[in-house]
Amino acid sequence: MSAPASTLTIPGAVRDALKVGLITLGLSIPILAVRTDQNLSNQIVLLPRWGLVASAVGIAIAVRLAYLLLAAVRQARGGALIGSLGVRLPAQAGTMFARAAVVFLFLYPVIALSLAGTGGAVKWIDNFGIQILIFIMLGWGLNIVVGLAGLLDLGYVAFYAVGAYTTALLGKTFGLSFWLCLPLAGILAAFWGIILGFPVLRLRGDYLAIVTLAFGEIIRLVLINWVPVTNGYAGITGIPRPSFFGVPFNASDQGFSAVFGLPFSPLYRTVFLFYLILLLALLTNWVTLRLRRLPVGRAWEALREDEIACRALGINTTSTKLTAFAIGAGFGGFAGSFFAARQGFISPESFTFMESAVILAIVVLGGMGSQVGVAIAAVLMIGGTEILRELDWMKEIFGSGFDPTQYRMLLFGLAMVLIMVWRPRGLVSTREPSIFLSERRAVSGAHVREGHG
Amino acid sequence: MEYLLQQLINGITLGSIYGLIAIGYTMVFGIIGMVNFAHGDVFMLSSFIALIFLLALSQIAGITSLALSLFIVLLLGMVLTSLWAWVIERTAYRPLRGSFRLAPLISAIGMSIFLSNFVQVAQGPRNKPVPSILADVITIRQGENYTVAVSYKQILIVVVTAVLLAAFWYVVQKTPLGRAQRACEQDRKMAALLGVDVDRTISLTFVIGAALAAVAGLMFMIYYGVVNFSDGFTPGVKAFTAAVLGGIGSLPGAVLGGLLIGLIETLWSAYFTIDYKDVATFLILAVALIFMPTGLLGKPEVEKV
Repeated sequence: MSAPASTLTIPGAVRDALKVGLITLGLSIPILAVRTDQNLSNQIVLLPRWGLVASAVGIAIAVRLAYLLLAAVRQARGGALIGSLGVRLPAQAGTMFARAAVVFLFLYPVIALSLAGTGGAVKWIDNFGIQILIFIMLGWGLNIVVGLAGLLDLGYVAFYAVGAYTTALLGKTFGLSFWLCLPLAGILAAFWGIILGFPVLRLRGDYLAIVTLAFGEIIRLVLINWVPVTNGYAGITGIPRPSFFGVPFNASDQGFSAVFGLPFSPLYRTVFLFYLILLLALLTNWVTLRLRRLPVGRAWEALREDEIACRALGINTTSTKLTAFAIGAGFGGFAGSFFAARQGFISPESFTFMESAVILAIVVLGGMGSQVGVAIAAVLMIGGTEILRELDWMKEIFGSGFDPTQYRMLLFGLAMVLIMVWRPRGLVSTREPSIFLSERRAVSGAHVREGHG
Repeated sequence: MEYLLQQLINGITLGSIYGLIAIGYTMVFGIIGMVNFAHGDVFMLSSFIALIFLLALSQIAGITSLALSLFIVLLLGMVLTSLWAWVIERTAYRPLRGSFRLAPLISAIGMSIFLSNFVQVAQGPRNKPVPSILADVITIRQGENYTVAVSYKQILIVVVTAVLLAAFWYVVQKTPLGRAQRACEQDRKMAALLGVDVDRTISLTFVIGAALAAVAGLMFMIYYGVVNFSDGFTPGVKAFTAAVLGGIGSLPGAVLGGLLIGLIETLWSAYFTIDYKDVATFLILAVALIFMPTGLLGKPEVEKV
């Protein structure tokens, strides 16, 4: 909504809020006011629910009034009220925070075990730990393409899919173990990164985004329709699970529990998978940080800042772009391989455009190019939506028909819009330049370009 | 021969719907250089609005005249969808104008996710069957073993599209609003200096695009007889493809592109395999952007260094 007028009076605020309420009424008239339900003969019956509309309008008015009040307070103080809450990290604090976070992650399974017990820990390690780490890894992988090289990729999930299907098909058809499939998946995904990157070298900005989206969708549609190989919508089941140096995690005599003389529990596999994805994610981060110091990494960042100047300086933009696509895609492939082995089952449902959008959102919301920012955004967005699964107590308030999980993506989309409007540069507003003149220091994200595409 | 004729009729009908949606993309891109990702979902939302009003008019208000109720539905749908688009532009896009380039795109993707899930939560995830209307057909040509027929709804779709396009063309070419819009498209800063209310013009662009998407939404609902909350993405991408193919920023291009995409999709399904029809669209999108980024009727882009 537009900024309120400079002289805010109470009648003015009320009138403004009522206007917002009226607009909300207009917005909710058909879509909230009437619910369409099928009866037994599959005809639609209309169920009016004006109570819902009334509460929506009420909430809108209240939120607008609160916003106006906040804005008035902010104006009276003469400074930013919300703007100051953002994460503005000095260089050392960023490193310290990252180290503390890594230590915490290594201790996380132990903490979860001691707090939630053996039964509850699986959920916390799997749903939160592993799920978030997969997206952190994907975010870091895409960050190479989008954040460093400034190439906007909306089809990143294609490489995730290539990695997952490589592992699934090689494991099922040739009986290769996960440890062999993992590097192969990465290599194949990188190869696909080059294949799909080559035609789009000339494109920039939104056009590049749309073409990569098209490629992502083509790969998904092929996965759906190429039934003899991919089994279509039904997906692939029984993908070999990763073993602990050749020791499988099962209840047999050769299984992990039997070998180490422990009582059988699914917990061991979960903890093992957690550390595996943690190491993979840290590997992604480490490689990215090292690459930034190599000529190719510097070429990426130069490309992001100014492609024409880059070319004038004799940097081969073709190979620079292709390496960015290939390395970014390779990490996507590793993550996909891990995903397939963790689930044991994959289907095209897991590789929709929505996933690409979520990964890109994590990169941009975190602050493009900032590794810590990407991790924070992944924790917030993925953890935030996962936590909705845990909100059963809300049923007590809203009735037993209330299911918080169905609001997951609704809130996700809303959060994307709100974070962008609030902080267009992402949550972490500082960047650490790779090269500096005399001393290392963080600069504002506003000094870093987002690339031409 | 008869089969081909029938496919051409079907393709033009489908293409009209894509063309109507494509105008929303092409105008917004023309004026602020942004891919309005949520446009496909606005279209989906409008088909739900049309469905609810259509049923409400017959079940609650008891209007029996189909022509009258379709007219009312069209009008209400256009107004309410425009309101949605106006609010979306004000809340999600306007604060980001002049901000860095990726921000509006991410905001638009977020809005698209929000809209489709909002409709899912509000109306349920199941397909909504629409009572069949205007399903009678006129036989055009009786072949030996194939009959070419055009249904009343196909005629309705093509006629309404043509009439609205003509009206809309008049608005853009002859009215002060259209002039302001074309001025903003050419140079926003200069237009503002000359007294054009740029923000208002951009808002109106979104509103016009949404109104046409609402028409498309009603037509889509009548044509396919079913609506679903996830129906925004694929037609949205196809309409965007149409806009790109026709030359983004060009209005006749959007319609031409829409017709082409509709024809290609129909003919591909008819003669090759229906499984890969969306692959065909996406391939056209990629090839068009890579080899012909200015499209069929677009202006070549001049890059200043």
